[in-house]
Amino acid sequence: MERETKDRPTAAFYDVDGTLIKTNVVHAYAYYAVNTPELTKKLGKTASLLASLPLYWMADKFDRRLFNEAFYKNYAGYTEDRLVILGEEIFDNVIRPNIFEGALSLVERSRRQGHRQILVTGALDVITEPLAEFLGCDDYVANRLEMKDGVATGRLEEPTIAGPTKAKWVRQYAEEHGYDLDGSFAYADSGSDVPLLSVVGHPCAVNPDFEMKKTARAYSWPVLEFD
Amino acid sequence: MSEQSHSYNSVKILDEDSPPRYLHCGEDFITHKFPAGTRVLYAKPPMKPVENVGAAIRHAINHPEGGAKPLYARLKPGMKVTIAIDDISVPLPPMKTPDVRQQILEILLEMLTDHGVEDVEMIIALALHRRMTEAEIKRMVGPDIFAEHYPDTLYNMDAEDEDEMVVLGKTDHGEHVQIVRRAAESDLLIYVNVNFVPMNGGFKSIGTGLSGYQGIQHHHNPETILKSDSYMDPDSSELYSSNERMGRFLNDKLEIFHIETALNNKMYDEQLDFLARPEDDWSGTDQLKFKSMKWTLENLPRAAKRALFHKVPAPYGIIGVHAGPTEAVHEKTLQKCWQQHAVKVKGQSDVVVYGIPFESPYNVNSIMNPLLVRVMALGYFFNMYRGKPLIKKGGTLIITHPCYDDFDADHHPSYIEFFNRVLPQTRCSKTIAETWEKEFANNPNYIEMFRRGNAYHGVHPFYMWYWAENGQHHVGRVIVVGAENEHVPKRLGWDRANSMDEALEMARDDHGPNPHITLMHHPPFVLADVE
Repeated sequence: MERETKDRPTAAFYDVDGTLIKTNVVHAYAYYAVNTPELTKKLGKTASLLASLPLYWMADKFDRRLFNEAFYKNYAGYTEDRLVILGEEIFDNVIRPNIFEGALSLVERSRRQGHRQILVTGALDVITEPLAEFLGCDDYVANRLEMKDGVATGRLEEPTIAGPTKAKWVRQYAEEHGYDLDGSFAYADSGSDVPLLSVVGHPCAVNPDFEMKKTARAYSWPVLEFD
Repeated sequence: MSEQSHSYNSVKILDEDSPPRYLHCGEDFITHKFPAGTRVLYAKPPMKPVENVGAAIRHAINHPEGGAKPLYARLKPGMKVTIAIDDISVPLPPMKTPDVRQQILEILLEMLTDHGVEDVEMIIALALHRRMTEAEIKRMVGPDIFAEHYPDTLYNMDAEDEDEMVVLGKTDHGEHVQIVRRAAESDLLIYVNVNFVPMNGGFKSIGTGLSGYQGIQHHHNPETILKSDSYMDPDSSELYSSNERMGRFLNDKLEIFHIETALNNKMYDEQLDFLARPEDDWSGTDQLKFKSMKWTLENLPRAAKRALFHKVPAPYGIIGVHAGPTEAVHEKTLQKCWQQHAVKVKGQSDVVVYGIPFESPYNVNSIMNPLLVRVMALGYFFNMYRGKPLIKKGGTLIITHPCYDDFDADHHPSYIEFFNRVLPQTRCSKTIAETWEKEFANNPNYIEMFRRGNAYHGVHPFYMWYWAENGQHHVGRVIVVGAENEHVPKRLGWDRANSMDEALEMARDDHGPNPHITLMHHPPFVLADVE
């Protein structure tokens, strides 16, 4: 007979971009770019973002860590307080309208089943925090920009949350908090998050890309399609 | 009355010179020459269908059973009407277009409009079945109704939408009566039912069809199933009794008008109708057609065979339309069903044999996975009787199916986990129910796949397992012929034989050298009226 796991808490770990929301970190940055107050800077940032998109796409396909390191250089020079205010604005204007309806229902049902709700994302903490609060999550882990004298350097603080490091973080977190990973759930869309789904007993692909779909089919993981 | 010029005796006793019989084996056929003395049951020839279906529908709703008021007399301008429709699980295979549901809806919608009823919604009564796709709905209701009503006033019900479902109370047995809110809040609920076998229809239509997990769990459980002598015989079915209590409760609260249709068993068109007749009566052309079909199937990839089979609809005919109060209507429908399907037989058998085809109510346009094979063997086909089971207590059941370890991940995601996680630990229904049912039923992944995709509810594999409970308890042994692997039969608790001869030899070990053998030659489905 299967071991009872009721004595240990369980959790649901969610990737965010593409899984719970339609947008991604590039869209979020685009909001920063077009909302830069000075026109010349705005045009410069927007043009630079557009020019870099193919590069980001390639970096993302090749290595999510590489993508993060390249992408977050865009934030160099932002002050901490400005980032927090923009994070809230981004949540209100970009993130919240783009939360999948199915994701809201999923999180709500999961919480009612007694699983702790935890976001595990490569997005920035300033954007993730209002989302976690809105969804009623218990905890989150996100990337943080390195700050020097209150100004972002464009580098991420270690450890960078992406791909395999998400799985490592979840294992450590579960160990520290006594979570039962066999009874826990994880949700993600991208092939780079296969390791994250691999560490729990109830993995689930959401709007999977080709690689994730291939893996989900191979291992008979449930597949959710939100729109 | 028979539609065909071919008439035959539905009970054949084979002799030394009898030709081999064919059996379905998933997407293939196998043939076997059974020993002399084997009794073979064939479906009766299709009853003559009504010639003018539209007229029969109009007559039924204008002249209801049980002295009830005709439908038009119940209609008032401005009232709120909900029409519930049976889903794709009936009939099998899906019928040629126009589907009888389309024909009824066309007449109903016209009548409602004529009487100034504008607030009309059509709900597909899925209960915990998968959502039908747009293409399937369009095929079922016809392009005109689909274009005008889908998805606003024609839609799949969502048994997991808490706002859309309501519990109206409890029966005197403490069963929650749960129903779609729209139906509960309507001035009139019309249920459009397709009766394929006696188990369908009646109080079960609303008691189960428009309910969700909270209601259905009261009768879809191992205890109730064990108390059901035959699902096909409502008088002996605790499953039906529970539905009846819920149905009566709803009848007291709601205004319900039931329309039931009974179908004949014309599963094949003229080119293939020899498949329903005894092999002894096949012409030379029939023999040739069968051989070429069998050869073709043997040489096609399974996916292609499956796609091919699922594309062939059945030319069923309507043999009865009745309308009015649930009970009076269902009584009439059952008479038609028994008239078409029941074959009188004397005595039970030590050994019963049947082939398992490619389709069950739960894998239309999908894969017949191992749990569905089991439910066809020990749930549906085992229960095709009235009186006593065709097989003696402790008898041997021999089935034919490849038992492939293949699942449709979109339609049956929770089946995969059930088969690979639950079954390796136990096959005991009670333990399974107590240990895992709630977990699967409440698994958020399966709920969201059920609500937004085309997945059966997370609890559905449990119901499939329970559904075979009384068959499992009754038979002594199940032997599967044609299984392509060892682990699937083993996990289901079955024995495996390499050939029908070997299976019959294994049965002789238990029942002596001359066991009484019956081959149930379906589909088309045959119900054994066992004396």
